[in-house]
Amino acid sequence: MLLLVIPTFIVIPMSFSDSQYLEFPPEVWSLRWYTVYLESSKWMRATVTSVQVGILTMLVATPLGTMAAYALFVSGHRAARAIFAFLITPMIVPVILIAIGAFYAFGRVGLNNTITGLVLAHTVLAAPLVMIVITAALRTYDLNQERVARSLGATRVKAFFVITLPQIKFSIVTCALLSFLTSFDEVIIAIFVSGGSNATLTKHMFAALRDFIDPTIAAISTIMILVSTTLLLATQFIGKREKQD
Amino acid sequence: MSASTSGEIEPARLNQESLRVQGAREQWMLLSLAAPAVVAVVAVIVIPVGWLFYLSFIGSDGQPTLEHYQKMIEYKSYARVFVTTFEVSILTTLLCILIGYPLAYFLAMLPPRLAGFFMLAVLLPFWTSLLVRTYAWLVLLQKNGILNDFAISVGLWENPIKLVHNMTGTLIGMAHIMLPFLVLPLYGSMRKIERDMMHAAANLGASPAQTFWKVFFPLSLSGMVAGSLIVFVLCLGFYVTPAVLGGGRVVMVATQITAILENQFDWGAASALGVVLLVATLVILVVVTRLFKLDAALFGKH
Repeated sequence: MLLLVIPTFIVIPMSFSDSQYLEFPPEVWSLRWYTVYLESSKWMRATVTSVQVGILTMLVATPLGTMAAYALFVSGHRAARAIFAFLITPMIVPVILIAIGAFYAFGRVGLNNTITGLVLAHTVLAAPLVMIVITAALRTYDLNQERVARSLGATRVKAFFVITLPQIKFSIVTCALLSFLTSFDEVIIAIFVSGGSNATLTKHMFAALRDFIDPTIAAISTIMILVSTTLLLATQFIGKREKQD
Repeated sequence: MSASTSGEIEPARLNQESLRVQGAREQWMLLSLAAPAVVAVVAVIVIPVGWLFYLSFIGSDGQPTLEHYQKMIEYKSYARVFVTTFEVSILTTLLCILIGYPLAYFLAMLPPRLAGFFMLAVLLPFWTSLLVRTYAWLVLLQKNGILNDFAISVGLWENPIKLVHNMTGTLIGMAHIMLPFLVLPLYGSMRKIERDMMHAAANLGASPAQTFWKVFFPLSLSGMVAGSLIVFVLCLGFYVTPAVLGGGRVVMVATQITAILENQFDWGAASALGVVLLVATLVILVVVTRLFKLDAALFGKH
């Protein structure tokens, strides 16, 4: 069990080492590599890009996926199942294929190396996750409540926002966090589609990993672990709250 | 509501008709909510992948051709790539089962509250960037890394052995990264098994081993096959970990695709490889799902 967690966390103490090489345990503790990271304009710009793309993906994918999941769940139309299956294909198609396909197609319309292109591609990756979580939430929710609201004169839109939304809000927050992380951690599409001044953190990290072992990466990794741990704990906390409600 | 006199039949039918039309219109309005998502998938998946599909049949002279696919059959280097891809995928899946099954069993036997806590240990790597985990393994497995130091100090081996930039490193890293994909569905299916069944088996005189193999194991099989399938299919298209931990020595389909694009800029050949990868993935998914009737375990009930 510990074997699952330790290999990841080993980079944390290493990131606080003063040495040029990665050593464990560090002989001299220092914040040297964090300073390197914070003072490097390359890493800073990449961080800003990654956060920017992550937030935009979250803002697009969450409503997009929620709308689709709600529509397909409620409509009961014959085509709903097929559309659902179509919308989760991004989970099945190998990401490398999505990456080179997007790289080629985006190249034709000038979307390569742009934030828009990257957000679009990441949205398609994150939306299926949102759909799955929201569909699961709707399954445990009694849609008759919405019917009651509508029979009392509320419009469908109002019924959704006043009755349904507050009851699935925790799932929606979880989806938002998931979408952010999907984009923030994504490597392969970023390698192909992002570049220039809009290269992401993961793209630079990957390039650095292929060449040599740079302790700055340990510092960045530590920060990334911190981000994902916080988000994971947040979802767990949200899950508990939801159960209590 | 009942149309008892002939005068009421006509309005009732009219009413029914307009209700039907209204209902159909509402269904369409609802479905249109899914339209933005559909447009996004078409823009990012359907058109680009369709384009690659088309490119894979176009030769360097711009004429339709099958040369890219013929090369795959004729050239030994391609065969090696496919063999490596399947080898890595199969071995990773086996490793995951070997480690994941006991782990899931342990989790399933714990009281739910405690299991939830330990589950965090499975979920945490799941949420941590793939790149970070790959990097961590790169660090651990180095020649003068922790694992080598530890093994030497304990006396497992005498000189540092090469654990990374080869198949060993790739497999270790991939198994660790894929493990949650196996453990989560497996744990789910194990939790659903009624404890009473095992008590009943024990009651009827089965030994603990018999109870496990004759009752528990077959019931957990659907979760295991579903998890293994996910792991296997994800491995087939995997890029980051083999590229970093393989150090250029473990060439899988995804690594080969990027190499072709970086070195030769040959879109036709790269696309053809991509198409083969996609088709292989889909065929395996469909066949295994049908064979084991996994629809429910994989996709939930719709």
